[in-house]
Amino acid sequence: MNRMSTVYKVVRSQWLNIDTFMLTIESEKIAKKARAGQMVHIKCGEGTEAFLRRPISICSVDRDKGTFDLGIQVRGKGTKILSRFKEGDDIDILGPLGHGFSMYPKHRKIIAVGGGIGIFPLLQLLKDHPAESKKAILGFRSKPLVILEEEFRQSCNELLIATDDGSYGEKGFVTDLLKKEVEKDPPDMVFFCGPIVMMKAGVQLLQNYNVPCEVSMEQRMGCGIGACMTCVCKVKKGDDWNYTQVCKSGPVFGGDEVIFD
Amino acid sequence: MDNNINLEVNIAGLKLKNPVIAASGCFSFGREYSRFFDLNRLGGIAVKALTRQPKKGNPPPRIAETPSGILNSVGLQNPGVQVFIEKEIPFLRNYDTAIIANVAGDTVEDYEYMAETLSNADVDAIELNLSCPNVKEGCMAFGSSAEGVFKVVSTVRKKASKPLIVKLTPNVTDITEIAKAAEAGGADSVSLINTLLGMAIDAKTRRPILGNVTGGLSGPAIKPIALRMVYQVSKAVKIPVIGMGGISNGTDAVEFLLAGASAVMLGTAGFANPMAWIETIDGIEKYMIENKVKSVTELVGGLIV
Repeated sequence: MNRMSTVYKVVRSQWLNIDTFMLTIESEKIAKKARAGQMVHIKCGEGTEAFLRRPISICSVDRDKGTFDLGIQVRGKGTKILSRFKEGDDIDILGPLGHGFSMYPKHRKIIAVGGGIGIFPLLQLLKDHPAESKKAILGFRSKPLVILEEEFRQSCNELLIATDDGSYGEKGFVTDLLKKEVEKDPPDMVFFCGPIVMMKAGVQLLQNYNVPCEVSMEQRMGCGIGACMTCVCKVKKGDDWNYTQVCKSGPVFGGDEVIFD
Repeated sequence: MDNNINLEVNIAGLKLKNPVIAASGCFSFGREYSRFFDLNRLGGIAVKALTRQPKKGNPPPRIAETPSGILNSVGLQNPGVQVFIEKEIPFLRNYDTAIIANVAGDTVEDYEYMAETLSNADVDAIELNLSCPNVKEGCMAFGSSAEGVFKVVSTVRKKASKPLIVKLTPNVTDITEIAKAAEAGGADSVSLINTLLGMAIDAKTRRPILGNVTGGLSGPAIKPIALRMVYQVSKAVKIPVIGMGGISNGTDAVEFLLAGASAVMLGTAGFANPMAWIETIDGIEKYMIENKVKSVTELVGGLIV
Protein backbone atom coordinates (compact mmCIF):
# COMPACT_ATOMS: atom_id res chain seq x y z
CA MET A 1 0.00 0.00 0.00
CA ASN A 2 1.24 3.45 -0.98
CA ARG A 3 1.76 6.04 1.64
CA MET A 4 -0.34 8.87 0.31
CA SER A 5 1.94 11.83 0.37
CA THR A 6 5.69 11.86 0.65
CA VAL A 7 8.25 14.40 1.67
CA TYR A 8 10.89 15.04 -1.00
CA LYS A 9 13.88 17.38 -1.28
CA VAL A 10 13.96 20.53 -3.35
CA VAL A 11 17.00 20.42 -5.66
CA ARG A 12 16.76 24.02 -6.89
CA SER A 13 14.45 26.92 -7.55
CA GLN A 14 15.05 29.30 -10.45
CA TRP A 15 13.12 32.35 -11.63
CA LEU A 16 12.09 32.12 -15.28
CA ASN A 17 10.59 35.60 -15.56
CA ILE A 18 9.17 38.26 -13.26
CA ASP A 19 6.55 36.05 -11.56
CA THR A 20 7.20 32.49 -12.69
CA PHE A 21 9.78 30.04 -11.38
CA MET A 22 10.94 26.49 -11.92
CA LEU A 23 11.07 24.18 -8.92
CA THR A 24 13.20 21.06 -9.33
CA ILE A 25 12.43 18.25 -6.91
CA GLU A 26 14.18 14.99 -6.22
CA SER A 27 11.92 11.94 -6.49
CA GLU A 28 12.89 8.80 -8.29
CA LYS A 29 9.33 7.54 -7.92
CA ILE A 30 7.68 10.54 -9.57
CA ALA A 31 10.41 10.89 -12.22
CA LYS A 32 9.89 7.24 -13.16
CA LYS A 33 6.10 7.00 -12.84
CA ALA A 34 4.90 10.34 -14.12
CA ARG A 35 3.40 10.60 -17.60
CA ALA A 36 3.34 13.89 -19.50
CA GLY A 37 0.28 15.89 -18.49
CA GLN A 38 -0.05 14.40 -15.01
CA MET A 39 0.09 16.61 -11.94
CA VAL A 40 1.21 16.66 -8.33
CA HIS A 41 -0.64 18.08 -5.30
CA ILE A 42 1.60 20.13 -3.01
CA LYS A 43 1.27 21.16 0.63
CA CYS A 44 2.64 24.69 0.52
CA GLY A 45 2.62 25.87 4.10
CA GLU A 46 2.80 24.54 7.62
CA GLY A 47 -0.40 23.76 9.52
CA THR A 48 -3.33 25.87 8.40
CA GLU A 49 -1.29 28.39 6.39
CA ALA A 50 -2.56 27.94 2.80
CA PHE A 51 -4.81 25.13 4.01
CA LEU A 52 -5.40 23.38 0.70
CA ARG A 53 -2.76 21.69 -1.40
CA ARG A 54 -1.99 23.24 -4.79
CA PRO A 55 -2.30 21.15 -7.95
CA ILE A 56 0.60 21.74 -10.35
CA SER A 57 1.16 20.03 -13.70
CA ILE A 58 4.51 18.33 -14.13
CA CYS A 59 6.64 20.26 -16.62
CA SER A 60 9.37 17.72 -17.23
CA VAL A 61 11.11 14.76 -15.65
CA ASP A 62 14.74 13.63 -15.63
CA ARG A 63 14.47 9.86 -15.36
CA ASP A 64 18.25 9.40 -15.10
CA LYS A 65 18.76 11.89 -12.30
CA GLY A 66 15.47 11.04 -10.58
CA THR A 67 14.19 14.62 -10.53
CA PHE A 68 11.20 16.48 -11.93
CA ASP A 69 10.45 20.13 -12.72
CA LEU A 70 7.39 22.21 -11.90
CA GLY A 71 6.80 25.55 -13.56
CA ILE A 72 4.87 27.75 -11.15
CA GLN A 73 3.48 31.26 -11.43
CA VAL A 74 3.05 33.27 -8.24
CA ARG A 75 -0.69 33.92 -8.18
CA GLY A 76 -1.71 33.81 -4.53
CA LYS A 77 -0.83 32.70 -1.04
CA GLY A 78 0.16 29.11 -1.84
CA THR A 79 2.33 29.79 -4.87
CA LYS A 80 4.02 32.66 -3.03
CA ILE A 81 5.05 30.25 -0.28
CA LEU A 82 6.27 27.78 -2.91
CA SER A 83 8.42 30.51 -4.48
CA ARG A 84 10.40 30.72 -1.23
CA PHE A 85 11.42 27.04 -1.28
CA LYS A 86 15.15 26.56 -1.83
CA GLU A 87 17.70 23.81 -2.26
CA GLY A 88 17.54 21.20 0.48
CA ASP A 89 14.07 22.12 1.75
CA ASP A 90 11.52 19.40 2.42
CA ILE A 91 8.37 19.48 0.30
CA ASP A 92 5.22 17.39 0.89
CA ILE A 93 3.89 16.05 -2.40
CA LEU A 94 1.04 13.78 -3.42
CA GLY A 95 1.37 12.26 -6.86
CA PRO A 96 1.72 11.75 -9.72
CA LEU A 97 -2.05 12.16 -10.12
CA GLY A 98 -4.62 12.08 -12.90
CA HIS A 99 -4.51 11.21 -16.57
CA GLY A 100 -1.86 12.65 -18.84
CA PHE A 101 -1.80 13.18 -22.61
CA SER A 102 -2.46 10.26 -24.96
CA MET A 103 0.48 9.17 -27.02
CA TYR A 104 -0.50 6.97 -29.94
CA PRO A 105 2.17 5.80 -32.41
CA LYS A 106 -0.37 6.31 -35.23
CA HIS A 107 -0.18 10.06 -34.62
CA ARG A 108 2.82 10.86 -36.84
CA LYS A 109 2.36 14.63 -36.89
CA ILE A 110 1.46 16.49 -33.71
CA ILE A 111 1.20 20.10 -32.62
CA ALA A 112 1.37 21.24 -29.00
CA VAL A 113 -0.29 24.57 -28.35
CA GLY A 114 0.29 26.41 -25.07
CA GLY A 115 -0.54 29.78 -23.64
CA GLY A 116 1.32 31.44 -20.75
CA ILE A 117 1.94 29.00 -17.90
CA GLY A 118 -0.06 26.45 -19.87
CA ILE A 119 3.10 25.67 -21.82
CA PHE A 120 4.65 23.68 -18.96
CA PRO A 121 3.08 20.19 -19.30
CA LEU A 122 3.65 20.32 -23.08
CA LEU A 123 7.42 20.12 -22.64
CA GLN A 124 7.47 16.52 -21.41
CA LEU A 125 4.79 15.64 -23.96
CA LEU A 126 7.04 16.80 -26.79
CA LYS A 127 10.01 14.97 -25.29
CA ASP A 128 8.15 11.67 -24.96
CA HIS A 129 5.79 11.60 -27.94
CA PRO A 130 6.87 9.10 -30.63
CA ALA A 131 5.66 11.28 -33.56
CA GLU A 132 7.97 12.06 -36.51
CA SER A 133 6.90 15.67 -36.75
CA LYS A 134 6.46 17.61 -33.52
CA LYS A 135 5.60 21.29 -33.59
CA ALA A 136 5.01 23.68 -30.71
CA ILE A 137 3.08 26.92 -30.80
CA LEU A 138 3.54 28.94 -27.64
CA GLY A 139 1.81 32.18 -26.77
CA PHE A 140 2.79 34.88 -24.27
CA ARG A 141 1.55 38.37 -23.49
CA SER A 142 4.85 40.04 -24.34
CA LYS A 143 8.58 39.42 -24.84
CA PRO A 144 9.68 39.64 -21.17
CA LEU A 145 7.31 36.78 -20.35
CA VAL A 146 8.69 34.36 -22.97
CA ILE A 147 10.16 31.35 -21.15
CA LEU A 148 11.73 27.94 -21.86
CA GLU A 149 12.27 28.82 -25.52
CA GLU A 150 15.49 26.81 -25.79
CA GLU A 151 14.07 23.77 -23.96
CA PHE A 152 11.07 23.66 -26.30
CA ARG A 153 13.21 24.20 -29.39
CA GLN A 154 15.30 21.17 -28.46
CA SER A 155 12.23 19.02 -27.85
CA CYS A 156 10.41 19.57 -31.13
CA ASN A 157 11.04 19.99 -34.87
CA GLU A 158 9.60 23.46 -35.11
CA LEU A 159 8.81 26.13 -32.55
CA LEU A 160 6.53 29.09 -33.24
CA ILE A 161 6.04 31.86 -30.70
CA ALA A 162 3.25 34.42 -30.63
CA THR A 163 2.93 37.46 -28.39
CA ASP A 164 -0.22 39.49 -27.85
CA ASP A 165 1.62 42.76 -28.47
CA GLY A 166 3.97 41.52 -31.19
CA SER A 167 7.08 42.30 -29.10
CA TYR A 168 8.44 38.83 -29.91
CA GLY A 169 7.64 36.24 -32.59
CA GLU A 170 4.35 36.67 -34.40
CA LYS A 171 1.81 39.22 -33.23
CA GLY A 172 -1.52 37.60 -32.37
CA PHE A 173 -2.98 34.50 -30.78
CA VAL A 174 -1.67 30.96 -30.88
CA THR A 175 -4.94 29.89 -32.50
CA ASP A 176 -4.16 32.21 -35.48
CA LEU A 177 -0.83 30.45 -35.96
CA LEU A 178 -2.47 27.07 -35.47
CA LYS A 179 -4.99 27.80 -38.22
CA LYS A 180 -2.18 28.56 -40.69
CA GLU A 181 -0.31 25.40 -39.72
CA VAL A 182 -3.39 23.21 -40.01
CA GLU A 183 -4.21 24.62 -43.44
CA LYS A 184 -0.61 24.16 -44.57
CA ASP A 185 -0.17 20.63 -43.25
CA PRO A 186 -2.94 19.06 -41.14
CA PRO A 187 -1.58 17.30 -38.04
CA ASP A 188 -2.88 13.95 -36.73
CA MET A 189 -3.31 15.31 -33.21
CA VAL A 190 -3.18 18.62 -31.35
CA PHE A 191 -2.63 19.15 -27.61
CA PHE A 192 -3.73 22.29 -25.79
CA CYS A 193 -2.90 23.73 -22.40
CA GLY A 194 -3.63 27.28 -21.43
CA PRO A 195 -6.43 29.75 -20.75
CA ILE A 196 -9.97 28.42 -21.25
CA VAL A 197 -10.72 30.98 -24.00
CA MET A 198 -7.71 29.76 -25.93
CA MET A 199 -8.58 26.09 -25.60
CA LYS A 200 -12.22 26.72 -26.49
CA ALA A 201 -11.23 28.64 -29.63
CA GLY A 202 -8.68 25.94 -30.51
CA VAL A 203 -11.14 23.07 -30.13
CA GLN A 204 -13.73 24.90 -32.26
CA LEU A 205 -11.14 25.65 -34.93
CA LEU A 206 -10.02 22.03 -35.19
CA GLN A 207 -13.59 20.76 -35.48
CA ASN A 208 -13.72 22.50 -38.89
CA TYR A 209 -10.73 20.47 -40.04
CA ASN A 210 -11.65 17.18 -38.34
CA VAL A 211 -8.40 17.14 -36.39
CA PRO A 212 -8.65 15.48 -32.95
CA CYS A 213 -7.23 17.20 -29.92
CA GLU A 214 -6.77 17.01 -26.16
CA VAL A 215 -7.03 19.78 -23.60
CA SER A 216 -5.51 20.06 -20.12
CA MET A 217 -8.06 21.53 -17.73
CA GLU A 218 -7.56 23.48 -14.53
CA GLN A 219 -9.92 23.96 -11.59
CA ARG A 220 -9.83 24.86 -7.90
CA MET A 221 -9.17 21.54 -6.21
CA GLY A 222 -9.71 19.80 -2.87
CA CYS A 223 -8.46 16.27 -2.23
CA GLY A 224 -6.76 15.75 -5.60
CA ILE A 225 -7.69 12.07 -5.81
CA GLY A 226 -11.34 12.13 -6.87
CA ALA A 227 -13.12 11.89 -3.52
CA CYS A 228 -14.41 15.40 -2.79
CA MET A 229 -16.13 16.25 -6.10
CA THR A 230 -15.05 19.89 -6.03
CA CYS A 231 -12.71 20.28 -9.04
CA VAL A 232 -15.27 19.44 -11.70
CA CYS A 233 -15.66 20.39 -15.34
CA LYS A 234 -18.58 19.80 -17.67
CA VAL A 235 -18.29 16.81 -19.99
CA LYS A 236 -20.59 15.20 -22.55
CA LYS A 237 -22.40 12.03 -21.55
CA GLY A 238 -24.45 10.62 -24.43
CA ASP A 239 -27.09 13.22 -25.25
CA ASP A 240 -26.70 14.65 -21.77
CA TRP A 241 -23.81 16.08 -19.78
CA ASN A 242 -22.23 15.55 -16.40
CA TYR A 243 -19.74 17.14 -14.04
CA THR A 244 -16.59 15.07 -13.68
CA GLN A 245 -13.48 15.50 -11.56
CA VAL A 246 -10.52 17.23 -13.19
CA CYS A 247 -8.13 15.52 -10.75
CA LYS A 248 -9.24 11.96 -11.50
CA SER A 249 -10.81 11.92 -14.98
CA GLY A 250 -8.38 14.63 -16.16
CA PRO A 251 -6.58 16.95 -16.06
CA VAL A 252 -6.26 15.94 -19.74
CA PHE A 253 -9.56 15.40 -21.58
CA GLY A 254 -10.50 14.80 -25.20
CA GLY A 255 -11.27 18.10 -26.93
CA ASP A 256 -14.66 16.76 -28.04
CA GLU A 257 -15.43 15.59 -24.49
CA VAL A 258 -15.38 18.90 -22.60
CA ILE A 259 -18.22 21.40 -22.74
CA PHE A 260 -16.81 24.93 -22.56
CA ASP A 261 -19.56 27.20 -21.23
CA MET B 1 -1.81 -1.22 19.32
CA ASP B 2 -2.15 -1.55 23.07
CA ASN B 3 -4.46 -4.43 23.90
CA ASN B 4 -5.53 -2.90 27.19
CA ILE B 5 -6.98 0.10 25.41
CA ASN B 6 -10.61 -0.09 24.38
CA LEU B 7 -11.56 2.22 21.53
CA GLU B 8 -14.99 0.68 20.91
CA VAL B 9 -18.10 2.81 21.07
CA ASN B 10 -21.78 2.04 20.68
CA ILE B 11 -23.92 4.83 19.24
CA ALA B 12 -27.51 3.75 19.95
CA GLY B 13 -27.01 0.32 18.45
CA LEU B 14 -24.36 1.29 15.94
CA LYS B 15 -21.19 -0.51 17.04
CA LEU B 16 -17.90 1.06 16.00
CA LYS B 17 -14.41 -0.38 16.58
CA ASN B 18 -13.20 3.14 17.25
CA PRO B 19 -14.88 6.55 17.40
CA VAL B 20 -13.42 7.93 14.16
CA ILE B 21 -15.76 8.15 11.17
CA ALA B 22 -15.03 9.60 7.74
CA ALA B 23 -17.45 12.52 7.37
CA SER B 24 -19.96 12.50 4.54
CA GLY B 25 -19.00 14.41 1.43
CA CYS B 26 -15.25 14.30 1.82
CA PHE B 27 -14.67 10.59 1.37
CA SER B 28 -16.91 9.70 -1.57
CA PHE B 29 -17.61 5.95 -1.23
CA GLY B 30 -14.15 5.10 0.06
CA ARG B 31 -12.63 3.77 -3.16
CA GLU B 32 -10.14 6.60 -3.66
CA TYR B 33 -8.70 6.46 -0.16
CA SER B 34 -8.68 2.64 -0.12
CA ARG B 35 -5.78 2.74 -2.57
CA PHE B 36 -3.69 4.44 0.06
CA PHE B 37 -4.67 3.27 3.52
CA ASP B 38 -6.50 0.37 5.06
CA LEU B 39 -10.21 1.24 5.37
CA ASN B 40 -10.45 -1.51 8.02
CA ARG B 41 -8.84 0.97 10.39
CA LEU B 42 -11.83 3.33 10.34
CA GLY B 43 -14.65 3.17 12.87
CA GLY B 44 -17.05 3.96 10.07
CA ILE B 45 -17.59 5.69 6.78
CA ALA B 46 -20.43 8.18 6.25
CA VAL B 47 -20.75 8.00 2.49
CA LYS B 48 -21.30 10.89 0.10
CA ALA B 49 -24.90 12.15 0.45
CA LEU B 50 -27.32 10.04 -1.57
CA THR B 51 -30.48 11.16 -3.31
CA ARG B 52 -33.34 9.29 -4.95
CA GLN B 53 -32.20 10.22 -8.45
CA PRO B 54 -28.66 10.99 -9.61
CA LYS B 55 -27.75 14.61 -8.95
CA LYS B 56 -25.46 16.76 -11.09
CA GLY B 57 -24.52 19.26 -8.40
CA ASN B 58 -23.57 22.92 -8.64
CA PRO B 59 -21.45 24.70 -11.27
CA PRO B 60 -17.72 25.11 -10.51
CA PRO B 61 -15.72 26.55 -8.89
CA ARG B 62 -16.99 24.50 -5.97
CA ILE B 63 -14.20 25.13 -3.51
CA ALA B 64 -12.49 28.21 -2.12
CA GLU B 65 -9.71 28.42 0.42
CA THR B 66 -10.38 30.73 3.36
CA PRO B 67 -8.33 31.43 6.51
CA SER B 68 -7.83 28.03 8.21
CA GLY B 69 -10.55 26.40 6.18
CA ILE B 70 -12.48 26.00 2.98
CA LEU B 71 -15.84 26.82 1.49
CA ASN B 72 -17.51 24.20 -0.68
CA SER B 73 -20.59 24.28 -2.84
CA VAL B 74 -20.64 20.80 -4.37
CA GLY B 75 -24.43 20.64 -4.18
CA LEU B 76 -24.84 16.92 -3.44
CA GLN B 77 -23.51 15.53 -6.74
CA ASN B 78 -24.01 11.76 -6.50
CA PRO B 79 -24.93 8.80 -8.72
CA GLY B 80 -28.24 8.12 -6.94
CA VAL B 81 -29.16 5.56 -4.29
CA GLN B 82 -29.58 2.61 -6.70
CA VAL B 83 -26.03 2.87 -7.99
CA PHE B 84 -24.85 3.08 -4.39
CA ILE B 85 -26.71 -0.10 -3.47
CA GLU B 86 -25.60 -2.04 -6.54
CA LYS B 87 -21.99 -0.91 -6.88
CA GLU B 88 -20.73 0.80 -3.75
CA ILE B 89 -22.11 -1.30 -0.88
CA PRO B 90 -20.51 -4.52 -2.23
CA PHE B 91 -17.18 -2.69 -2.41
CA LEU B 92 -17.49 -1.23 1.10
CA ARG B 93 -18.45 -4.62 2.51
CA ASN B 94 -14.96 -5.86 1.67
CA TYR B 95 -13.95 -3.94 4.76
CA ASP B 96 -14.77 -4.33 8.42
CA THR B 97 -16.02 -0.80 8.98
CA ALA B 98 -19.50 0.58 9.60
CA ILE B 99 -21.35 1.96 6.59
CA ILE B 100 -23.43 5.03 7.34
CA ALA B 101 -25.68 6.09 4.47
CA ASN B 102 -26.07 9.86 4.39
CA VAL B 103 -29.35 10.72 2.66
CA ALA B 104 -30.82 13.94 1.31
CA GLY B 105 -34.01 14.91 -0.45
CA ASP B 106 -36.17 17.76 -1.69
CA THR B 107 -39.36 16.61 0.03
CA VAL B 108 -40.45 14.63 3.10
CA GLU B 109 -41.48 11.83 0.70
CA ASP B 110 -37.95 11.73 -0.67
CA TYR B 111 -36.55 11.22 2.83
CA GLU B 112 -39.16 8.52 3.53
CA TYR B 113 -38.29 6.74 0.30
CA MET B 114 -34.58 6.90 1.08
CA ALA B 115 -35.02 5.62 4.64
CA GLU B 116 -37.16 2.71 3.48
CA THR B 117 -34.86 1.84 0.59
CA LEU B 118 -31.74 1.91 2.75
CA SER B 119 -33.36 0.06 5.62
CA ASN B 120 -33.66 -2.82 3.15
CA ALA B 121 -30.04 -2.43 2.05
CA ASP B 122 -26.87 -3.64 3.73
CA VAL B 123 -25.91 -0.50 5.62
CA ASP B 124 -25.34 -0.09 9.35
CA ALA B 125 -27.01 3.26 9.92
CA ILE B 126 -28.79 6.08 8.15
CA GLU B 127 -27.71 9.69 8.55
CA LEU B 128 -30.45 12.16 7.60
CA ASN B 129 -28.88 15.16 5.96
CA LEU B 130 -31.05 18.04 7.17
CA SER B 131 -28.20 20.45 6.88
CA CYS B 132 -26.61 20.80 3.42
CA PRO B 133 -26.46 24.57 2.79
CA ASN B 134 -25.81 24.23 -0.96
CA VAL B 135 -29.18 23.12 -2.36
CA LYS B 136 -32.37 25.11 -2.79
CA GLU B 137 -34.85 22.39 -1.77
CA GLY B 138 -34.89 20.16 1.30
CA CYS B 139 -31.87 19.68 3.58
CA MET B 140 -31.23 22.91 5.45
CA ALA B 141 -34.70 24.19 4.54
CA PHE B 142 -36.06 21.45 6.84
CA GLY B 143 -33.13 21.50 9.22
CA SER B 144 -33.27 25.14 10.19
CA SER B 145 -36.53 24.97 12.10
CA ALA B 146 -37.52 22.71 15.00
CA GLU B 147 -40.92 22.06 13.35
CA GLY B 148 -39.27 21.09 10.05
CA VAL B 149 -36.86 18.71 11.78
CA PHE B 150 -39.60 17.11 13.87
CA LYS B 151 -41.81 16.65 10.82
CA VAL B 152 -39.14 14.93 8.72
CA VAL B 153 -37.63 12.84 11.53
CA SER B 154 -40.95 11.62 12.95
CA THR B 155 -42.18 10.65 9.47
CA VAL B 156 -38.95 8.98 8.43
CA ARG B 157 -38.61 7.16 11.75
CA LYS B 158 -41.59 4.96 10.85
CA LYS B 159 -39.78 3.77 7.71
CA ALA B 160 -36.28 3.45 9.15
CA SER B 161 -35.41 0.14 10.75
CA LYS B 162 -31.73 1.04 11.16
CA PRO B 163 -30.11 3.38 13.65
CA LEU B 164 -31.15 6.87 12.60
CA ILE B 165 -28.66 9.73 12.92
CA VAL B 166 -29.82 13.27 12.18
CA LYS B 167 -27.13 15.64 10.91
CA LEU B 168 -27.72 19.18 12.10
CA THR B 169 -26.95 22.56 10.62
CA PRO B 170 -25.20 25.21 12.72
CA ASN B 171 -26.97 27.94 10.71
CA VAL B 172 -29.70 28.36 13.32
CA THR B 173 -30.38 30.60 16.30
CA ASP B 174 -30.40 27.80 18.88
CA ILE B 175 -29.08 24.41 17.83
CA THR B 176 -30.27 22.77 21.07
CA GLU B 177 -33.91 23.37 20.01
CA ILE B 178 -33.19 21.63 16.71
CA ALA B 179 -31.46 18.72 18.46
CA LYS B 180 -34.39 18.33 20.86
CA ALA B 181 -36.80 18.27 17.92
CA ALA B 182 -34.74 15.49 16.31
CA GLU B 183 -34.77 13.53 19.58
CA ALA B 184 -38.53 14.02 19.98
CA GLY B 185 -39.01 12.86 16.38
CA GLY B 186 -37.30 9.58 17.19
CA ALA B 187 -33.66 10.10 16.20
CA ASP B 188 -31.22 7.61 17.73
CA SER B 189 -28.39 10.10 17.53
CA VAL B 190 -27.51 13.54 16.22
CA SER B 191 -24.36 14.48 14.32
CA LEU B 192 -23.09 18.06 14.25
CA ILE B 193 -22.03 20.39 12.87
CA ASN B 194 -22.52 20.53 9.12
CA THR B 195 -20.87 23.51 7.42
CA LEU B 196 -21.52 27.15 8.21
CA LEU B 197 -22.97 29.15 5.35
CA GLY B 198 -20.40 31.61 4.06
CA MET B 199 -18.95 33.22 0.98
CA ALA B 200 -15.70 34.33 -0.59
CA ILE B 201 -15.22 37.23 -2.98
CA ASP B 202 -12.43 38.02 -5.45
CA ALA B 203 -11.96 41.78 -5.07
CA LYS B 204 -9.98 41.95 -8.33
CA THR B 205 -12.78 40.55 -10.48
CA ARG B 206 -15.58 41.73 -8.13
CA ARG B 207 -17.11 38.29 -8.42
CA PRO B 208 -17.85 35.53 -5.92
CA ILE B 209 -15.26 32.76 -6.04
CA LEU B 210 -17.84 29.97 -5.86
CA GLY B 211 -20.04 29.21 -8.85
CA ASN B 212 -22.97 28.94 -6.46
CA VAL B 213 -22.05 32.31 -4.84
CA THR B 214 -22.37 30.93 -1.27
CA GLY B 215 -20.96 27.76 0.23
CA GLY B 216 -20.39 25.83 3.42
CA LEU B 217 -17.40 26.65 5.63
CA SER B 218 -15.42 23.78 7.14
CA GLY B 219 -11.97 23.10 8.52
CA PRO B 220 -10.06 24.28 11.63
CA ALA B 221 -11.72 27.73 11.34
CA ILE B 222 -15.03 26.33 12.60
CA LYS B 223 -13.70 24.13 15.40
CA PRO B 224 -14.48 26.49 18.31
CA ILE B 225 -18.08 26.88 17.11
CA ALA B 226 -18.47 23.14 16.63
CA LEU B 227 -17.07 22.39 20.09
CA ARG B 228 -19.46 24.88 21.68
CA MET B 229 -22.44 23.41 19.85
CA VAL B 230 -21.50 19.81 20.68
CA TYR B 231 -21.12 20.84 24.32
CA GLN B 232 -24.54 22.54 24.37
CA VAL B 233 -26.37 19.81 22.47
CA SER B 234 -24.92 16.94 24.51
CA LYS B 235 -26.31 18.64 27.62
CA ALA B 236 -29.71 19.26 26.00
CA VAL B 237 -30.48 15.74 24.71
CA LYS B 238 -30.21 12.19 26.05
CA ILE B 239 -29.33 10.55 22.72
CA PRO B 240 -25.63 10.24 21.78
CA VAL B 241 -23.96 13.03 19.87
CA ILE B 242 -21.47 12.59 17.02
CA GLY B 243 -19.20 15.62 16.90
CA MET B 244 -17.46 17.18 13.94
CA GLY B 245 -16.17 20.48 12.61
CA GLY B 246 -12.48 21.23 12.11
CA ILE B 247 -11.03 18.04 13.58
CA SER B 248 -7.52 17.38 12.21
CA ASN B 249 -5.83 15.14 14.77
CA GLY B 250 -6.21 13.05 17.92
CA THR B 251 -6.11 16.03 20.28
CA ASP B 252 -8.94 17.74 18.40
CA ALA B 253 -10.95 14.51 18.56
CA VAL B 254 -10.37 14.14 22.30
CA GLU B 255 -11.61 17.71 22.79
CA PHE B 256 -14.88 16.80 21.07
CA LEU B 257 -15.24 13.66 23.18
CA LEU B 258 -14.68 15.72 26.33
CA ALA B 259 -17.28 18.24 25.13
CA GLY B 260 -19.80 15.39 25.02
CA ALA B 261 -19.45 13.63 21.66
CA SER B 262 -19.58 9.82 21.69
CA ALA B 263 -17.81 9.62 18.32
CA VAL B 264 -16.30 12.05 15.83
CA MET B 265 -16.30 12.63 12.12
CA LEU B 266 -13.68 14.34 10.01
CA GLY B 267 -13.37 15.15 6.37
CA THR B 268 -11.85 18.46 5.38
CA ALA B 269 -8.60 17.66 7.22
CA GLY B 270 -7.98 14.92 4.67
CA PHE B 271 -7.58 17.47 1.87
CA ALA B 272 -4.44 18.80 3.50
CA ASN B 273 -3.32 15.53 5.09
CA PRO B 274 -4.65 12.37 3.44
CA MET B 275 -3.64 10.35 6.51
CA ALA B 276 -5.69 12.56 8.87
CA TRP B 277 -8.19 9.80 9.75
CA ILE B 278 -5.51 7.27 10.64
CA GLU B 279 -3.43 9.83 12.54
CA THR B 280 -6.54 10.84 14.50
CA ILE B 281 -7.21 7.25 15.58
CA ASP B 282 -3.55 6.82 16.56
CA GLY B 283 -3.64 10.18 18.34
CA ILE B 284 -6.66 9.24 20.46
CA GLU B 285 -4.97 6.00 21.44
CA LYS B 286 -1.75 7.80 22.33
CA TYR B 287 -3.69 10.27 24.49
CA MET B 288 -5.42 7.38 26.25
CA ILE B 289 -2.13 5.62 26.99
CA GLU B 290 -0.49 8.80 28.24
CA ASN B 291 -3.50 9.68 30.40
CA LYS B 292 -4.20 6.13 31.55
CA VAL B 293 -7.65 5.98 30.04
CA LYS B 294 -8.80 2.39 29.53
CA SER B 295 -11.94 2.95 27.50
CA VAL B 296 -12.61 5.79 25.13
CA THR B 297 -16.13 6.04 26.55
CA GLU B 298 -14.60 7.36 29.78
CA LEU B 299 -13.69 10.52 27.90
CA VAL B 300 -17.21 11.27 26.67
CA GLY B 301 -18.53 14.39 28.41
CA GLY B 302 -15.51 14.37 30.71
CA LEU B 303 -14.98 18.10 30.48
CA ILE B 304 -14.06 19.66 33.81
CA VAL B 305 -15.87 22.97 34.11
